[in-house]
Amino acid sequence: MQRYFQPEIETASREQLRELQSARLRDLVRRCYERVPFYKQKFDEMGLQPEDIRNIDDVYKLPFTCKTDLRDHFPYGLFAEPRENLIRIHASSGTTGKQTVVGYTQHDLDVWAESAARAIVAAGGTKSDFVHVSYGYGLFTGGLGLHDGAAKLGATVIPVSSGNTKRQVQILQDFQSDILCCTPSYAMFIGEMCAELGVDTAKIPLRAGIFGAEPWSENMRREIEKKLHIKAYDIYGLSEICGPGVAFECSEQSGMHINEDHFYPEIVDPDTGKPLPDGEYGELVFTCISKQALPLLRYRTRDICALIRKECSCGRTLVKMSKPHGRTDDMLIIRGINVFPSQVEHVLLQLQMEPNYQIVVDRAGNLDTMEVLIEMSDATFSDSVKNIAAKEQEISAALQQILNISAKVKLVEPKSLPRSEGKAVRVIDKRKL
Amino acid sequence: MIIKQLSIFVENKAGRMAEVTQILASNNIDIRALSIADTTDYGILRLIVNNPQKALDALKTASITVTLTGVIAIAIPDHPGGLARAIKVLSDRQISIEYMYAFLNPNNATAFVILRVEDNEKALQALQDGNIRIMKESEIYEI
Repeated sequence: MQRYFQPEIETASREQLRELQSARLRDLVRRCYERVPFYKQKFDEMGLQPEDIRNIDDVYKLPFTCKTDLRDHFPYGLFAEPRENLIRIHASSGTTGKQTVVGYTQHDLDVWAESAARAIVAAGGTKSDFVHVSYGYGLFTGGLGLHDGAAKLGATVIPVSSGNTKRQVQILQDFQSDILCCTPSYAMFIGEMCAELGVDTAKIPLRAGIFGAEPWSENMRREIEKKLHIKAYDIYGLSEICGPGVAFECSEQSGMHINEDHFYPEIVDPDTGKPLPDGEYGELVFTCISKQALPLLRYRTRDICALIRKECSCGRTLVKMSKPHGRTDDMLIIRGINVFPSQVEHVLLQLQMEPNYQIVVDRAGNLDTMEVLIEMSDATFSDSVKNIAAKEQEISAALQQILNISAKVKLVEPKSLPRSEGKAVRVIDKRKL
Repeated sequence: MIIKQLSIFVENKAGRMAEVTQILASNNIDIRALSIADTTDYGILRLIVNNPQKALDALKTASITVTLTGVIAIAIPDHPGGLARAIKVLSDRQISIEYMYAFLNPNNATAFVILRVEDNEKALQALQDGNIRIMKESEIYEI
């Protein structure tokens, strides 16, 4: 059986990797300086010349890039390639002012597909497997990312996309899917649906799952593995870097190998920005050393994790990252969708309501749930239950529109929620991770 | 005659009813009649009291969501068919009732029924034409 997709990279020596990384970084820095005015200005302000970056160890000299920089240059301000070279656009889930648009050249798509293909092989996938993709297809990178990865490997893609869980179960049986790709909470849900429909998962061909786009625990892994009778592997990615495939788990299932020939990782102190040594927890930062369309320097992911550099039983030499502990900002990931509390505020203001709210995230039957508590006001209140229910419906529909996720609206007593003075508790996350 | 009813938003959590009733008590408000519309998350407490304006002010001061709703109060004889006759008067004119609740007059064999309809004027006319006794505000507040 094939153990690696690209053994020459995945098992390369540290020296070989460093050489590759250094060459790519030099080229990247030059392109950023010449083609992205934002970076040129930053370099000039810092008194930094592209020639100052001689090898990968100089990466710390480069300026950081934050999510806000992407928003400030929305949509294409940080792109380094002319339109005729762009092949694809993706966008992170979000709304006005929150959405970030990313672009790919053919080379970028190839790199991404290659990265995802490595992940599929690490999960035991081969050319002769049927890869069932239940991530959403569209602007979200999940669906097409794993799709292209499976195609790159030469496996057979079953592009199911998300939703219609009964049909998912039917396809698992009828089409004999070998590998399932979706969010972990959806995998859980599919597992529960199998049980409900009386499908014996031990008797279907499915043997592995590649799950990502939201944080999940070891407990959840065990649950999914039991329910679906498979091995469950984590995959990490973010659209700003490319999408799923930035890092992936191998047979050891302890930490994810980073495709560091393309995405150079650092861990920094989230407050000071100072680099932290291996093994220490801090904010994960990526420099997309081979990226063409959107070549980000030291992009701050806001994910908190550690880098692990020790020999892995799978034979890969690529550095590993621990499962992210949490996030540095207020962004929530609910069912794989990015949700910002400020989006809820936006909706309430749009409906001419007071922005007093609280978001309660929980996990019911292993599927994330979101409840938005909103204070009752004279304007919302009515003597009729029917009218209040209609108002709740209106808010709920407006939230769904903006967040792309259904949220239950609950009206509570006025002045019963914490106020925004100081640090208001806007989010209560009850999910036990 | 339109009667003023207090409609109060009460979240379903321990102590809320106690709080509302305590505010009324300490403001010397007498409750004449009461009904609750309940849902899974909250209830709407509907009250007929002796001094609606004073009760409204007291509750608002305490940051409670409350509004005054115009309802109709009728008096019906306390015997079988009494209520049926009054309702028929309304249904004959296609007037639908959103909600209603009733209580007995402690002084004689009459029942009072509070009616919430969409169009008070139309309902009042129908009741008048049907010879149903409509209560005045003062009669209800001062039982």
